[in-house]
Amino acid sequence: MRVSVTTSVLIGLMASVALRPSAAAAAEKTKFEFWYGLSGDLGERVQDACKKFNESQSEFEIVCTSQNGYDTTLQNTIAAYRAKKQPAITQIYDAGTLDMMLSGAFVPAKKLMADNGYTIDWNNYFGGIANYYATAKGELNSFPFNSSTAMFYYNVDAFQKAGIDFKPDTWEQVEEAARKLKTAGYECPLAFNFDTWPLMEQFSAIHNQPLATKANGYNGLDAELVVNKTKFVDHVKFLKKMADEKLFVVKTKQLGMDIVPAFTSQTCQMIQTSIADHGTIGKTLPEGVKWEVAMLPVWKGTERQNSLVGGASLWVLAGRPEAEYKGAAAFLNYLATPEMAEWWSTVTGYIPVTKTGFDAMKANGFYEKAPYKGRELALQSLSFTPTSENTRGIRLGGFTQIRKEFATALEAIFMQNADVQAELDQTVERGNAVLRRFEKTYAGQTLN
Amino acid sequence: MDKRAAFRSWWLPSLFALPQIILILLFFYWPAVAVLRWAFTLEPPFGGAAEFVGFANFQEVFADPLYWNSVGVSLAFALCGTLATIFVGLVLALAVDRQLPGSAPFRFLYILPYAIAGPAAGMAFRFILSPERGLMASVNAAFPDFWNPAKYGSHALILVIVVFAWKWAGYTFIFLLAGLQSVPRSLIEAAAMDGCGPIRRAVDIQIPLLAPTLFFLLVIMMTEGFVGADTYGIVARTTDGGPNHGTDVMVYRIVEEAFRGLNYSGASAQSLVLIGLIMIFTFIQFRFIERQVHYK
Repeated sequence: MRVSVTTSVLIGLMASVALRPSAAAAAEKTKFEFWYGLSGDLGERVQDACKKFNESQSEFEIVCTSQNGYDTTLQNTIAAYRAKKQPAITQIYDAGTLDMMLSGAFVPAKKLMADNGYTIDWNNYFGGIANYYATAKGELNSFPFNSSTAMFYYNVDAFQKAGIDFKPDTWEQVEEAARKLKTAGYECPLAFNFDTWPLMEQFSAIHNQPLATKANGYNGLDAELVVNKTKFVDHVKFLKKMADEKLFVVKTKQLGMDIVPAFTSQTCQMIQTSIADHGTIGKTLPEGVKWEVAMLPVWKGTERQNSLVGGASLWVLAGRPEAEYKGAAAFLNYLATPEMAEWWSTVTGYIPVTKTGFDAMKANGFYEKAPYKGRELALQSLSFTPTSENTRGIRLGGFTQIRKEFATALEAIFMQNADVQAELDQTVERGNAVLRRFEKTYAGQTLN
Repeated sequence: MDKRAAFRSWWLPSLFALPQIILILLFFYWPAVAVLRWAFTLEPPFGGAAEFVGFANFQEVFADPLYWNSVGVSLAFALCGTLATIFVGLVLALAVDRQLPGSAPFRFLYILPYAIAGPAAGMAFRFILSPERGLMASVNAAFPDFWNPAKYGSHALILVIVVFAWKWAGYTFIFLLAGLQSVPRSLIEAAAMDGCGPIRRAVDIQIPLLAPTLFFLLVIMMTEGFVGADTYGIVARTTDGGPNHGTDVMVYRIVEEAFRGLNYSGASAQSLVLIGLIMIFTFIQFRFIERQVHYK
């Protein structure tokens, strides 16, 4: 007997969901569930947040369960919702935002808080962060929770040894630094992998280039990818040239070492990765090694735009008893208090999502202390300019799959010498097919 | 003269069969019907109006050149993986069956890899055979790109086949050893007295007599290679289907499409095609190979 993998996994999920004890216990406290995708150290911090909330009041009890990964959280949420066993709150990553928005399976953030008598200053959220999760009118659907953006990390010690006396603000400078490092005997000046988030999405945003028409999908489901016609193509050609000269080096887990370990083992001297790695890098690099973090480089003569927010937000799911929404609102309100915002950012490395949270941390001198210094640059990068059509965010259906298509294209270009333009053209075509199918699946629905 | 034991009542055998029937209904028929419904409709992942689209999902699947690529990759993987697994299992079983001094612990040792989950084995081999950090790093230093599964699809395919064979060889080993033990000792001793060496005896006596077991393993391993959970786990943990779709086996594609792409309809259509393919292969195997395996 052979069961197709797809279905057996799905049924397994449904079964495991069905076996969960019912949340509606007879206790006087209202219990409700919260599913999150973070795991490991960050997952523990979420548990801490839940504990703090449970201790702060006696009316509600939140039960927090890790689903071990962003994509599994979305999958499990879907399976649970279909089986009507959904949690009250779930954490969904940036790429799943549009799937959630069109699902009709949630209670909009603004409505939830208004219904339960909380007044939230919605303008308190940083525009660059909130826009990703808001409707076209700017009303938040979900609560920004753990937010990050991509940054540029470099090894100051190596820079000094190679006689580099500037900060790499532009790609021209990065190239120059790479050449000097190479001359000074560093085998791997800059490491990169095929993660499209910094390479394509952030690059396009800070250079004010579109990924897709219709304001990256914000103005309609009929958006089409256009990255094969923007500065991104030249950028990939540049990366390819650098890779051929062995100044930029591919580091993936398939080759034996991904970029962050390559940086922390001092194998490579420059990388682009999330600000969320700031803590890990600081902890992993040997004591005494000097390193810095900077905003992502831009091409000379570019008017830098704000970068895109990454991470995840909290969605309140529809179809739960009214009492649970009271609890969910209380929990979300609790998370938004400046004290909690500060605590969360301190223990995780994620950036504060509200202006008051950021100001509180700045006032405390948090960003001047050694292990946290440089993290404020992430926020500076996110709010560098007001958002433009190209930097509000990405609202494309099936975006996880589109990302994978582009990662494969980069693999073909850098590992197998495929032609840059031809490969990107083909990938855009494949990506558009994903978008068209998504549009057909949600036929008749419009973005609000 | 049949000496089969028969039940007098109908309810007792039914009772014995019930757990299995429930399992099959729950984990095979129900999902199969769900897949069937999904394959012909287009439905948002969270539910809602499921629009009947006829064969559109299938047309989309068949029109995709990458789908045919994955069929080819799957075929290569299942065939090579099966042959490698059976060959290694057979060699090990023949060696242990000779009962040389000290061979007893190996009976047990060779089965151990089977107890390790596919993804775990995949993870381990990704490190062991990584081109820049693993065992082959020194060879690569002397001969650049001698072994680079991150660059060459063929190397990547070899990598996943090696992991698959490593894990499943223990399984074929058990069956083949059991099969070998039922080969009459007198035959082997007679051959030995006629001056046949171990290899000659294996080729002329033991392997022909093992044919039914080998056939059974062929069917099981081919199916495992095509749709086994391990196949997905190994590919996901080692190559992620890459480089550039080099190891994009059908199950990997289905799971990715369904759970990463949230395209349940397309994935269901692919599942149905896969089930169909398995049925065809199994039919061919029984129709053309099974007739020749019984020694008469």
